[in-house]
Amino acid sequence: MDYATFLQMLDSTLRLATPLMLACIAGLYSERAGIFDIGLEGKMLAAAMCAGAAAALSGSVWWGLLAGIGGSLVFAAIHGVTSITFRGNQLISGVALNFLASGLTVLVAQSMFGQGGRTPPLNGPARFQPIALPFAEEARAIPVIGPFYDEVISGHPLPVYAAFAVVALTWWVLYRTRFGLRLRAVGENPAAVDTAGVSVVGLRYAAVMVTGVLCGLAGAYMATALQAGFGKEMTAGRGYIALAALIFAKWRPVAAMWACLLFGFFQALANRPDVVEAVVQVKVPVPFLTALPYVLTVLVLAGFVGKAIPPRAGGEPYVKER
Amino acid sequence: MENGAYAIELKGISKAFGPVQANRDINIAVPRGTIHGIIGENGAGKSTLMSILYGFYRADAGQILINGKPTAIPDSQSAIRAGIGMVFQHFKLVQNFTVLENVILGAEDGPMLNSSLAKARKTLAELSQEYELDVDPDALVEDLSVGHQQRVEILKALYRQADILILDEPTGVLTPAEADHLFRILKGLKAQGKTIILITHKLREIMEATDNVSVMRRGTMVDTVRTAETSPEQLAELMVGRKVLLEVEKAPASPGAVVLSVQDLRVKDEHGVERLKGVSFEIRAGEILGIAGVAGNGQSELMEALGGMIRATGAVTLKGQPLPLSGKGADGQSRRRAGIAHVPEDRHHHGLILDFTAWENMAFGYFNEPEYQKNRLLMDNAAIRADTAKKMETFDVRPPIPGLQAKSFSGGNQQKIVVAREFEQDPDLLLVGQPTRGVDIGAIEFIHKQLIALRDAGKAVLLVSVELDEIMSLSDRIAVMFDGKIMGFRDPDTTDERELGLLMAGITGKGEAA
Repeated sequence: MDYATFLQMLDSTLRLATPLMLACIAGLYSERAGIFDIGLEGKMLAAAMCAGAAAALSGSVWWGLLAGIGGSLVFAAIHGVTSITFRGNQLISGVALNFLASGLTVLVAQSMFGQGGRTPPLNGPARFQPIALPFAEEARAIPVIGPFYDEVISGHPLPVYAAFAVVALTWWVLYRTRFGLRLRAVGENPAAVDTAGVSVVGLRYAAVMVTGVLCGLAGAYMATALQAGFGKEMTAGRGYIALAALIFAKWRPVAAMWACLLFGFFQALANRPDVVEAVVQVKVPVPFLTALPYVLTVLVLAGFVGKAIPPRAGGEPYVKER
Repeated sequence: MENGAYAIELKGISKAFGPVQANRDINIAVPRGTIHGIIGENGAGKSTLMSILYGFYRADAGQILINGKPTAIPDSQSAIRAGIGMVFQHFKLVQNFTVLENVILGAEDGPMLNSSLAKARKTLAELSQEYELDVDPDALVEDLSVGHQQRVEILKALYRQADILILDEPTGVLTPAEADHLFRILKGLKAQGKTIILITHKLREIMEATDNVSVMRRGTMVDTVRTAETSPEQLAELMVGRKVLLEVEKAPASPGAVVLSVQDLRVKDEHGVERLKGVSFEIRAGEILGIAGVAGNGQSELMEALGGMIRATGAVTLKGQPLPLSGKGADGQSRRRAGIAHVPEDRHHHGLILDFTAWENMAFGYFNEPEYQKNRLLMDNAAIRADTAKKMETFDVRPPIPGLQAKSFSGGNQQKIVVAREFEQDPDLLLVGQPTRGVDIGAIEFIHKQLIALRDAGKAVLLVSVELDEIMSLSDRIAVMFDGKIMGFRDPDTTDERELGLLMAGITGKGEAA
């Protein structure tokens, strides 16, 4: 594999890792607050449909983004009401929302546009355009670093850069702010938060809503940047890979970024079996590459790569003790 | 500025949960700067009353006065603002947070953590000097001993500038030395003018530490008396509503042949850490061997290994027959067949299935008994029900309804179900773990009598309890465990709590640490 191909792979890694990163950090907020969210997939899908539809109708990607976040927030709110207010089973709620999103998105898109459950193809200002960073062209002349800057770092649409900013921001929020302290506490021992006079319900709703916003961003990116419009099941299990990355990263934001980059790299590999074959000299079946993130996650869960301890109160509705 | 001599006054507090009247017209007045005890059986309404005071529940009727001022406490935030701090029986700490993070949680100064942490560090240093409350502010809570975790809870309350400190059963998990330290801390706090409410079921602590004591029974406040003018016997009578024998009456033991012989018993946990480090002892027929120790020093492993619940190594014989410690025959069923009955330490996890009925629970472990079979295929449920009704009567389980779910019984009556099931099997050896944990004083008296009766009938009994009083009054011999080893055997008639307490802390009679 030559350097140019390698850079191409890294470039596509970044683009593919972005929705994973956003969804993974989204899940981090919810799960750190003690609410399991298996419905990242459904929220992304709903967001992608809303974003695709709104961008197509308005011709502006910003309306698309707003609609995407709105759609995802509706799903997040339902999950919040079932699992926080009504103390329902969080896994069942998440699975149900995934099914709902899977069917509803196609139904709405079909009834709105009549194009087989797709939204119309987007172009121009209805999509996030690549942003050329300063001096990208000029830097090409510098050997090795120059092409890397131009090819890999520069020239991505806004959400890619936003995803990295979200990781940094999340680290800061989690470990340096009052909200972060309370968020981590409520996922570990909600009774401690409650007796300290802080609302468990309020914190958990806040976390679930942040999850909704970030999933919305991830879904909008899928429909308006990675691809040009919404298509049936276009998230293709990314919500689950993001969950796997979250476990792989042991619920820590910076580790989550690395996990998502790794899993994004696997996806980039799966898109280019020819490159893989050229490097390892053996024909590797694509499904194997697609399965790698899950295999790694199982290894982590089985305790081969350190120990993944989930937030202690995760999945349990909080009921005040007598 | 301050009016009224009372830190807390409750007037006519009532609270009902559905048809259950948990608190009925409670009146209590706690003078400022005193330690006030609240004592009562389980279910007497102590916890409900304190939950109302801490804003967990709202009273249906009545008034709360803090420092003479009527105060509404709709939530914990209001309670904290009114200067009330609470140390719960089960600590409300975040295990993987540092001490400092736990202290500031909910009491941060602003949206950023750094300044709050710095301020808390300074305040904590002052507080720990003032009140003998030393803890490392940067230690993770999960690495701290139970006694230290409790100090963190007290520090949390003091950091929130609590004037009134409520402690719910604070000594249940402490060694006698740690408990003494706690009472020194409380006396220091009192000297600084703080008001302390101590909820406990231990009469000795009430007598030792409090100025006044209020007694609750079945949701009502029976009486409030000055501690100096009362006696344990009087308090027990007020709690139960009848005279109670605090001392267990028993004849001297007449030990017979060796029933259980344990040689070099060792147990490793799932992480490969040795929890039981070579324990050896014998129990004879007609003898109660009491195991004293702070919870978590290998007593549970000892019980579970003998009960066939976990694997162990070593040599154990029952009436001369070797007992397998791992592999085939090392399970609860085989142990029961060999003649060992087991009242497990944790009745909710190992003794009962709470969603099952009393009669189903009464048959656990004994489903294969011939008298429970209708024919080769079917169980005789009617026979089990009848048998359960009989045992419930013998053991005074209330209400005596075999069809009632186990979780509908009070803690004491749940324990009586387990005890009835195991005691009535005519075992050679009885393993009894924490027989009176969470059991009220009337039922304790009953269970103790039954244990003595079993001993007098020539059974061997291994008794594990964290209640030193219980061990001292029931045992014919006492073994003290510390760190997976037996520190020594003592005769209950010639030893005292101080000596046992030192052994429980790992300090042998010669003064060196083990």
